[in-house]
Amino acid sequence: MRIVGLILVVILGSVLFYGSLAFPPWGDPASPASSHLSPYYIEKAMEDTSVPNLVTAVLADYRGYDTMFETIVIFAAGIACIVLLRTFKETESGSRLYRHIPTGITLKIDKKGRFPEDSVVFERIDSHWVPHDLIVKTTCRLIVPFIQIFALYVIAHGHHSPGGGFQGGVILGAAMIIYAIAFNLRSAIRRMSERSAVMLSSLGVFIYAGTGALCMLFGLNYLDYSALAGLLGVDPVTARSHGILIVEIGVGIAVMAVIVTLYYNLASAGRHDEGL
Amino acid sequence: MDALLNILISKANYWLYIILMMIGLYGIMVKKNLVKKIIGLNILQTAVILFFISVGAKEKATIPIIEHGNDTVHAAVSASHYINPLPHVLMLTAIVVAVATLGVALALVIRIHQQYHTLEEEEILKRIQET
Amino acid sequence: MIWQIEITILIIVIILAVGALGVKDLLGAAILFGAYSFMMCLLWAIMGAVDVAFTEASVGAGVSTVMFVAAVFRTSRRTED
Repeated sequence: MRIVGLILVVILGSVLFYGSLAFPPWGDPASPASSHLSPYYIEKAMEDTSVPNLVTAVLADYRGYDTMFETIVIFAAGIACIVLLRTFKETESGSRLYRHIPTGITLKIDKKGRFPEDSVVFERIDSHWVPHDLIVKTTCRLIVPFIQIFALYVIAHGHHSPGGGFQGGVILGAAMIIYAIAFNLRSAIRRMSERSAVMLSSLGVFIYAGTGALCMLFGLNYLDYSALAGLLGVDPVTARSHGILIVEIGVGIAVMAVIVTLYYNLASAGRHDEGL
Repeated sequence: MDALLNILISKANYWLYIILMMIGLYGIMVKKNLVKKIIGLNILQTAVILFFISVGAKEKATIPIIEHGNDTVHAAVSASHYINPLPHVLMLTAIVVAVATLGVALALVIRIHQQYHTLEEEEILKRIQET
Repeated sequence: MIWQIEITILIIVIILAVGALGVKDLLGAAILFGAYSFMMCLLWAIMGAVDVAFTEASVGAGVSTVMFVAAVFRTSRRTED
């Protein structure tokens, strides 16, 4: 198998090597990829949408359908992960570990026993428990708000600098993940429950699709944001810029919620009790 | 000799991407472990993305963000001064979709491990036939 | 776009890819794959694709490494190949 794979890879590789001789030289400004459609985007994007970052302008305005269905793919991936993994069964033994904080004694309570509430005295712990780490937890508590503010900046400033809904959404999700790793999965789920994560991911897709439908309601094409000029009280060019911002916020919410959902399900194998 | 060197410099990038792509393909075909297969898939994916990005590269051009000081003045923009933004857009969405599909793939791997208690391909096939 | 730097990083990327596929410990493979993503992100930043590099730095190197580690933690760590 190893030999067959190697031979196949070498054959395919040499075919591709032969094909690469017909490519234009690397960095050629007159190459076919750079000479048909993209000059229009580069020269006209500023006049059409007043967005200096060409990638954002093309992403959310000229190729809005593409991005909308990409967002739906991400949403579908989150739902698929829940369908595959989420289970409501207890673990085989059904027992839980609790720690009595003043004395430091660990109690194992069986399925039939009465589980105490989480309080100052009793704390539920994971089976792979590590002692309370002051440095990690304090650093995480200090750094999470800054990560979230940076993510909001990335979403809001995507028009003028690298960034946008996808990146900002992933960073927001990563802030939640770092919280879940430094503390534990249950406290992260208390902050942002599974239900609200799913609701937020569908809300993000709804904002995107709803903006498109709103444009249709004002008599122009689907996702033609210049239709929103009357509603926002600005000229059509600025309206396209604002429409891009609205759509990016939708993308950011959806991506953030899906990343968090994926992490919850993967880290606990669908049981949502013990995390990484 | 000079012509050969010119071809080498202008094409060496593409050849390295092809090597990377073939490493990923080899990983998908030959490795028996499912997580290794997923890593191979991701390497293949990033190699394709790298190829697309390099297709859009231009010499003596800058990043695709138009210089802007005052929003009221629209100076004429020449296409040869900015890198082609179209491959960047396509690949940006591809990367985010890649992480979503990675999540689904790892979810499938965890399900398979719950069912058969192994990640090796041959062991899984053996256990499927036993039952 | 300095081609010497680019070729150096491409060679590091290829070494990391071979390492991520070859190492016998899945946790090590996940970490090597994270390093591979970071090098890829550098390469894109050199080519001027700043948005793509930003996405890869947050997605490929951050979130997907965490997902790999989570999946390895929930399954097995050792492998034959």
